[in-house]
Amino acid sequence: MVIIGAGECGVRAAFALRENGYGGSITLVGAEKHLPYERPPLSKDAMISEEHPAPRTIASEHQFLERNISFLADTAVTGIDRKAKKVIFANGNSLAYDKVLLATGAIPRILPLAVESKHCTYLRSYDDALAIRARFQPGANIAIIGGGFIGLELAASARKRGASVTVLETQARVLMRGVPEEIAKIIAARHAQEGVHLRCGIELSGISDNDARATITLADGESLEADLVVIGIGATPVTALAEAAGLEIGNGIIVNEHLQTDDPAIFAAGDCCAFPLSIYGGRRVRLEAWRNAQEQGTLAARNMLGLAEPHLSVPWFWSDQYDLGLQVSGLADEGSTIIRRDLGDDAFILFHLASDGRLVAASGIGPGNAVARDIRLAEMLIARRAYPDPAHLAASDIKLKSLLAA
Amino acid sequence: MSDWIEACTADDIDEEDVMRFDHEGRTFAIYRSPDDEFFATDGLCTHEHIHLADGLVMDDIIECPKHNGRFNYKTGQAKGAPVCVNLRTYPVKVEAGKVLIQLSQ
Ligand SMILES: Cc1cc2nc3c(=O)[nH]c(=O)nc-3n(C[C@H](O)[C@H](O)[C@H](O)COP(=O)(O)OP(=O)(O)OC[C@H]3O[C@@H](n4cnc5c(N)ncnc54)[C@H](O)[C@@H]3O)c2cc1C
Ligand code: FES
Repeated sequence: MVIIGAGECGVRAAFALRENGYGGSITLVGAEKHLPYERPPLSKDAMISEEHPAPRTIASEHQFLERNISFLADTAVTGIDRKAKKVIFANGNSLAYDKVLLATGAIPRILPLAVESKHCTYLRSYDDALAIRARFQPGANIAIIGGGFIGLELAASARKRGASVTVLETQARVLMRGVPEEIAKIIAARHAQEGVHLRCGIELSGISDNDARATITLADGESLEADLVVIGIGATPVTALAEAAGLEIGNGIIVNEHLQTDDPAIFAAGDCCAFPLSIYGGRRVRLEAWRNAQEQGTLAARNMLGLAEPHLSVPWFWSDQYDLGLQVSGLADEGSTIIRRDLGDDAFILFHLASDGRLVAASGIGPGNAVARDIRLAEMLIARRAYPDPAHLAASDIKLKSLLAA
Repeated sequence: MSDWIEACTADDIDEEDVMRFDHEGRTFAIYRSPDDEFFATDGLCTHEHIHLADGLVMDDIIECPKHNGRFNYKTGQAKGAPVCVNLRTYPVKVEAGKVLIQLSQ
């Protein structure tokens, strides 16, 4: 078994193969030079910790040895020969496979305007995080292009480090994708309160460099100076390898409900794949979420062993900004009506109901983990395709757990 | 032995629920199982030191509110990624409606 990509998904898959009784050889190939590590802290703790942040590793050398998983760091797979069933490495060596998992993840979307600028950067890897962190100094002028999760988490971190921060967003509001307006407003207000200059609805016209700084020009002629420009305008799936191997590609590597590509010996999972989401009637999506990468890694491993289990879970992700915790389960754009439930302490949850009354998503925000428990219960209701009484959802004195029992 | 500490009363916790208990700079989580027994563990998740008492109890599992790491709160056993380090557990007894936990051991 060969797993290409040693992120959250690939590592989970490698261990899951062993946990499910596979005794043969497992090779996990990763292009990065570090032991596999978690990405979510890169925009959060790793930016603000007093001490130099060590990568938060997912697995140790010892665990790989113990499970007899051969982990090749700093090694890129450059080709897949499907006829000969071999993967090919940059140095020309090859390795035969029985089944392959593509867990190649995603990389930041490039802003064409910024390609010439040496003051513009992106965040995906631990090394990116260290470089950005070094520039988050008191008094530094940081511009962030993109008011999505990574941009806003970085904005919060940069403020904590005492830098001055401007966020530029071309859309009418922040977090356009996946977060309802009522919650985006709270997050935007909090950033404003912390001193972030949040500019939505802008249009960029150019970025030019001098030695020390970049100048960002807007379409209306205004210009802004920044010591560092961090671009967070979304991510694109890493599909080149799959494409060159002749596999079907859409917004990601196309897989069926078993996470299998159009070649039955090749699977794809995590941020790189577009899969049918069964709770929404097979709507094809690509997720960029940590728990999904783990769950799909586990599922792909089981299916590489022939279990043929369908993907059933409900999408879920979180984001932390300042002391605010946001969690969303399901895809909010599936809903047409919103029911609000207040949890106290400025925490609340929005339930998203489809036109026929089915609960399809829930999004919540509050201090710390105030919304976690109820979001998790909502997730179970969503997984059951429940039609809860809207009055019960709104009534904070009725426990969500009791709706689950019903 | 005088190392039994009163954490709360039995009525403070619903069945299949959890409560936070702080004592001398340490934090614990006290659980009441669906079959009405009481248990205690360290209060912080072994992944990122998050208070488990904000999490969800299902049968004998406590699920961390932050990234859904799961532990068996009766044994402290970590149930898999992202948590791999077990939770410490503490003996618990209920006397006259009071929940007592034994810390030094
Ligand atoms: C800064 C940041 C913060 C985040 N915060 C959150 C959050 O708060 N909540 C949340 O739910 N999600 C968050 N995410 C998303 C989450 O980290 C991803 O969904 C998850 O990492 C996806 O895992 P993956 O294994 O599919 O892909 P990746 O983590 O991208 O791993 C893919 C790996 O494959 C390697 N690779 C690619 N091609 C090859 C090749 N040809 N040969 C060898 N190796 C190759 C890459 O180098 C990479 O290491 C965040 C992501 C980032 C970047
Ligand atoms: S902090 Fe508990 S699972 Fe991450």
